Amino acid sequence: MPEKPIQGEKRVFMTGNEVVAWAALAAEADIMYGYPITPQNEIMHYWTRMLPKYGRRFLQTEDELSAGFTTAGGVLAGRRAFTATAGPGNTLMQEPMSMAEAMRLPVVVIVQQRGGPSTATVIYSQQEVTMTTLGGNGEGLRVVYSTANHQELFDYTIKAFNTAWKYRFPTFVLGDGYQAKMRESLTMYDPASRGITMVPTEPYVGKEGTPGVDREPTHLRNTYNVEEELFEVLEQYLADYAKAAPEIAEYDAFDTDDADLVVISHGVVSRACKAAVKELREEGYKVGYFRPITLRPLPVDQLREVAGKAKQLLVVESANGQLDRLVKEAIYGNTTEMLSLFKPGVGVTTEEVVARVKEIKG
Amino acid sequence: MSVQPAMPKCWRVESKPHKFCPGCGHGLVLKALGQAIDELGIQDKVVFGCDIGCSLLSWDFFNVDTVQTHHGRTTPVITGIKRANTDVIGIAYMGDGGGYAIGAQHLVSAATRNERITVILVNNTQYGMTGGQMAPTTLPGQKTETSPYGRDVDASGYPTQGPEMVAAITQEGAYVARGTVANVKQLKGFIKKALENQMAGNGFSFVEALSTCPTNWRTNAEDTWKFVEKEMTKYFKVGEIKVPGPREKEGQ
Ligand SMILES: Cc1ncc(C[n+]2csc(CCOP(=O)(O)OP(=O)(O)O)c2C)c(N)n1
Ligand code: SF4
Repeated sequence: MPEKPIQGEKRVFMTGNEVVAWAALAAEADIMYGYPITPQNEIMHYWTRMLPKYGRRFLQTEDELSAGFTTAGGVLAGRRAFTATAGPGNTLMQEPMSMAEAMRLPVVVIVQQRGGPSTATVIYSQQEVTMTTLGGNGEGLRVVYSTANHQELFDYTIKAFNTAWKYRFPTFVLGDGYQAKMRESLTMYDPASRGITMVPTEPYVGKEGTPGVDREPTHLRNTYNVEEELFEVLEQYLADYAKAAPEIAEYDAFDTDDADLVVISHGVVSRACKAAVKELREEGYKVGYFRPITLRPLPVDQLREVAGKAKQLLVVESANGQLDRLVKEAIYGNTTEMLSLFKPGVGVTTEEVVARVKEIKG
Repeated sequence: MSVQPAMPKCWRVESKPHKFCPGCGHGLVLKALGQAIDELGIQDKVVFGCDIGCSLLSWDFFNVDTVQTHHGRTTPVITGIKRANTDVIGIAYMGDGGGYAIGAQHLVSAATRNERITVILVNNTQYGMTGGQMAPTTLPGQKTETSPYGRDVDASGYPTQGPEMVAAITQEGAYVARGTVANVKQLKGFIKKALENQMAGNGFSFVEALSTCPTNWRTNAEDTWKFVEKEMTKYFKVGEIKVPGPREKEGQ
């Protein structure tokens, strides 16, 4: 039995991609399938360097269609399998992820967002929100965690495997180019040392016994002959999703109770917003901070509560309203004024958020 | 009482009669595969993947674990399973569109990497399920819904020689053959060898099966056989193309 990659707790200083590779190791991931694309490459680099020591596996595929489908294959074989991608790779990944949705495969995908549309930049954006939450030709039955720092990249990569295997929906960790490439300190840990049990995996195909003799064969499909047959399946999936959503949804918030204006953001942008809200509070502005950690499902009840109390909501994102659309849908019917600071494909600073709030408040 | 020909043991009785059109070659290829699985005694190890296209109608065909996936993506799904569990015998089953058009990059890459899987590709010279459009394997001059005046090789190129291509890009250890539903015994032999090759861990195994689609060819029984036996074999040579060890003649 190879040794545990992390014994107890360990304070480290490393890039986000390195963090993800360590987190996948700590989460007892068995196999990664991947195709190079910036800015996620180093996840594969670190994984492939460490895997002989810990008895894990890797396959470099011919493209992201294959990376997604081979990952689905790994899951079908009962392994804790994952892949990582970005930008145009994420676009290709939507096809295999719709099969994962159709078959309820607990595939884990790490997305390190880059600029879009198309090849755009290899650096940074928050423009993969719509695609990651709702991509594919279905209903978007998936889970998306949006991380803001390296500690969360570690925590939520581990959590993603457990959410995926517990609820059997494809699960994404949505990071970005900044998180992928910059160095930051965090505490890595063996999940068991914090009482986290990894949800056991099980094969869908290649199980014990002879099918048709000792057991029923597994016959998985994503094609249905009649509308009603599909409807019945989807009704069940949608019910499962609706039931799981409140258990899965997560958020972070402060100073929202008495706030006139609440700043809503996700991922690294929320770091600038957090600092801005603190600064503005010190100057006497009645502002609050709200950040959905799960972009799908959204923490809808909490968002509605915040929107119900505040007079204004300011959505800040490195995209042209992708989070904004999700928020508006979630709080539909609410008449709170919606304001924005959108910087598609570009980072957002604390100063910019402060300036925007002051501009609004006059 | 009439004597029924025996079904392969691993066929799933509950899903018979099968869903292919009368006279379709898919049933015969799946019969050859079923016999090969029976003879090798590997029903408990096989994971069968089928594509989109008429091959998807085999999603509950066998008493073996099966996953029906997307158009062109059966090869990576089976690759992913095999990489994650080397004990299974992975079979990717697809049409000529699935293997030579939309999934060509996966076929080429799996063959190049010498994946220890078996790919069985049914060549019926057109896209069956979507209603008879031109395929990579459509013969020169052959009429289809999207080549209504016959395939013009200047405009659309020549038919894909799949096994020849796979043979050219695979290394030692690969097994490549082309069989036909006109000779099921021989086809079964090829498929069996392709599976044995995977079981021995040698490398990639690929069998193309020349097959019939009377529905879209709009042929009667006699013309169907004439097309598969006379027309198709002018282009597509039946036989073993690459064997891992000394060349053997199968069923000839
Ligand atoms: C991504 C995608 N593109 C197109 C289709 C439509 N489609 C369904 S079956 C098929 C053709 C299948 O032809 P072939 O692979 O030759 O198999 P056959 O039906 O002849 O057995 C196509 C294009 C699809 N399902 N998915
Ligand atoms: S359309 Fe052709 S390939 Fe498809 S089931 Fe009918 S005969 Fe077979």
